[in-house]
Amino acid sequence: MQVRVQDKAFDFGAEAERFARAQSGMGAVVTFTGVVRDSARGGMAAMEIEHYPGMTQKALEAIAGEAVARWDLGDALVIHRHGLLETGELIMMVATAARHRKAAFEAAEFLMDYLKSRAPFWKKEIGADGAEWVAAKDEDEAALRRW
Amino acid sequence: MDVLYFAWVRERIGVPKERVETKAATVAELVAELTAREERYAAAFADLSALRVALDQELADFEASLKGVREVAFFPPMTGG
Repeated sequence: MQVRVQDKAFDFGAEAERFARAQSGMGAVVTFTGVVRDSARGGMAAMEIEHYPGMTQKALEAIAGEAVARWDLGDALVIHRHGLLETGELIMMVATAARHRKAAFEAAEFLMDYLKSRAPFWKKEIGADGAEWVAAKDEDEAALRRW
Repeated sequence: MDVLYFAWVRERIGVPKERVETKAATVAELVAELTAREERYAAAFADLSALRVALDQELADFEASLKGVREVAFFPPMTGG
């Protein structure tokens, strides 16, 4: 299991390749990556991601650890960036490895649902006309209930 | 104890971190104490349903005890991913 919190960019292809090739006895690898997109109101220049340095690593490790235990994963990888990101940049990625694809898909969804509302990151959209904190959505909280 | 603020809570209060001497027994008592202090705290803590709290870097609730706690953090609901 690997969790990395960093401000620098990561190479999604290289990370996915390395993760998949390091597995043995695992027939399924699922990856997901999140991309900075323009805000709903448009005109977004960049996104600032703030985090709680003392807590972030621990929170992500707890979430990844639970995924590994629950779906009996061979491995899990979480990379999440913070700092200033431009539209089109990759914010984060997860990868899961399991014997069969169902567990790998489910564990990846679980990781995404949990790190959306239980990992201490806060997004701020920065546009030409000012900056605005992204509000958490009720559906993000609701998504946790299915697990 | 150290009290930390993140995102718009940090912006409303105006500092990311401060040292607070308190006899508050619970998070709710600490919030009441800070709210009574100055308008900027009252503005940040106006709607507790819009806030989350962590004690020593673990999520907690507002009724939680502060006994033995060294670090309290207040922030809005998280928006990771």
